[in-house]
Amino acid sequence: MARESKQPLLTVQDLRVEFRTRRGAAMVLNGVDFQLRGGETLCVVGESGCGKSMTALALLRLIPSPPGRIVGGRVDFQGEDLVRASEARMREVRGDRISMIFQEPMTSLNPVFTVGDQIGETLRLHAKLDARAARERSIEMLRSVGIPAPERRVDEYPHQLSGGMRQRVMIAMALACRPDVLIADEPTTALDVTVQAQIFDLLRALQAERGTAILLITHDMGAVAEMADRVMVMYAGRVIEQGSVEQVLRAPSHPYTQGLIECLPELGSSQIDEAAELAEISGVVPSLWELGQGCAFRERCPYAMPRCASEVPPMFDVGHGHGAACWLRVDTQVSAT
Amino acid sequence: MNEGQAIDTHAAKGVKDAGTLLRVHELKVHFPRARQGWGKPPEVVRAVDGVSLEAARGSALAVVGESGSGKTTAALAVMRLAPITSGQIHLGDTDLGALEGDALRAARRRLQIIFQDPFSSLNPRQRAGDAVRAPLDLMNVGSDAQRRERVAELFQQVGLRPEQQQLFPHQFSGGQRQRINIARALATKPELVVCDEPVSALDVAIRAQILNLLKRLQRELGLTYLFISHDMAVVEHLCDDIAVMYLGQIVERAPRKPFFGNPLHPYSVALMSAVPTVHGGRTRAAQRIKLSGDPPSPIAPPPGCRFAGRCPVAEPACSAELPPLREVMPGHWVRCRRIAVVDGVAQPILRVQAH
Repeated sequence: MARESKQPLLTVQDLRVEFRTRRGAAMVLNGVDFQLRGGETLCVVGESGCGKSMTALALLRLIPSPPGRIVGGRVDFQGEDLVRASEARMREVRGDRISMIFQEPMTSLNPVFTVGDQIGETLRLHAKLDARAARERSIEMLRSVGIPAPERRVDEYPHQLSGGMRQRVMIAMALACRPDVLIADEPTTALDVTVQAQIFDLLRALQAERGTAILLITHDMGAVAEMADRVMVMYAGRVIEQGSVEQVLRAPSHPYTQGLIECLPELGSSQIDEAAELAEISGVVPSLWELGQGCAFRERCPYAMPRCASEVPPMFDVGHGHGAACWLRVDTQVSAT
Repeated sequence: MNEGQAIDTHAAKGVKDAGTLLRVHELKVHFPRARQGWGKPPEVVRAVDGVSLEAARGSALAVVGESGSGKTTAALAVMRLAPITSGQIHLGDTDLGALEGDALRAARRRLQIIFQDPFSSLNPRQRAGDAVRAPLDLMNVGSDAQRRERVAELFQQVGLRPEQQQLFPHQFSGGQRQRINIARALATKPELVVCDEPVSALDVAIRAQILNLLKRLQRELGLTYLFISHDMAVVEHLCDDIAVMYLGQIVERAPRKPFFGNPLHPYSVALMSAVPTVHGGRTRAAQRIKLSGDPPSPIAPPPGCRFAGRCPVAEPACSAELPPLREVMPGHWVRCRRIAVVDGVAQPILRVQAH
């Protein structure tokens, strides 16, 4: 796609996050590698507990500590390593160069400040605008995210807005300083589908206009198909498959990704067959404290081999930048099921 | 509270007959609000505003809609967990709305509910086995040994191991907790099970396990489901009949195949087109029917069609008068004045892109 630049904007290498609790240490992120290019949308998919949100928080150095700690790796962003940046420097980056939209629009806005105060705070802090200019920019931002009567809404409190409007306010706040990277952590999970469609349209339009790179965290494969340029699938703290959206959705190469796609009920099923069973992924995600050696997915995998229990599979290239961390791919080319 | 009678009704329905189990007629649930100021009349939230439904024995009836459409309130009213303002609810020959006290308690054996959130719907201090046994104790079903046997049977039916009866809710994953909830709902051998978004809070991979379980249990036990959901794909997979609610009213009602093959109400079409699909991707997103704004308030619903303000094909006449729910094809009901019937086939005014 023309709007993406080839140069990576953000390069994450071997990122490791450890949680220390009474049960011992667990690797919440265990060697995560990926790149985000300017203007593209990278979707991070996986079940709860796989490390999607931790990846986002680690980029912004917002891992709750204790118990969490970044124990290794690099996050290269515009010539500096964010893992080693000072806290003061991180405060400059957050909300300005990299900003984030959280899942719950109900709890991520402060109920005792007006919408305008909250958008304006970012602008006063980073863009050093005075109160009047910040208010004007806030109104402008509210208009750009499609909120009707922004001059009136700017003085309203979060409880006066619907869920969809609040998420729009969050987006306005996140985009106020024209960040290079927008991290969206399940931004539509709490919203209705028709509102989700509006928010996705808005994100796409704003991205086309401003060239913001989006890291979209989701568990909805349909949303991935609609939004992503590239996809990475995570399982138990590791990236287990990554590639372009066509590669990953049309020719999934890791048994877990295949399972995730097959177990979805799809619209249109009533017109084709009668009462077919859904494919299942058996079992549950293993505890991060009980991973042991080998591939974390082996207990649930229909193709598990002896080798899976002893060695963690590295990422194999299955063609054209499409990678899968599975021993099945050690010497095969793309073989979609 | 006649033990023998409850068992008889259950045995009688072992054979799947085509009779109607649940009949809801013109149900209204209105919640009064405090006065908003001196001299102003008290306001009323019209959460459910004249809903009629029927579910055949052994079938699954879906009520779909967005948050605030009244689908959950309608389900709670069927369970007698929300106050009924007017209208009738019949379960078989029993008028549920008229029951009080012990009679209502006895009738509750025949209808149970599975809640959305598997985390808050279990008591954290109660062992899984005791949670499943609780309805049997409360409703005085069988002897102690029979209850123990029933709990063991239920655990096996929902795919849990017998020794897991001794565990506490926090020792289970979300999917397993939902299995406990299902076992608890089935304990008294109910005829009607209300499922209020039973898979919405679960991970995608676990969703399929629970949906397959619900389907298997329905087949084996001849259950009737009233399935509340906002997920069109899940509903299409599991349910035989669909009712779409918007702002307290039903706007479309039809069996599964005609509904998904030929959705008629502009809201149903928009709702369906809003669902992102793996195969549709960006092409589908580009052809989506865009709805602007939010649903109006259920306190002062607009006169006329309640969807008119957001409808892409609304005419001035739509806002003037509330269109009736009319049967445009056998079994296919729609509340839209713009649906024409040509040679016995209803013509949608809006179309969703087909795959």
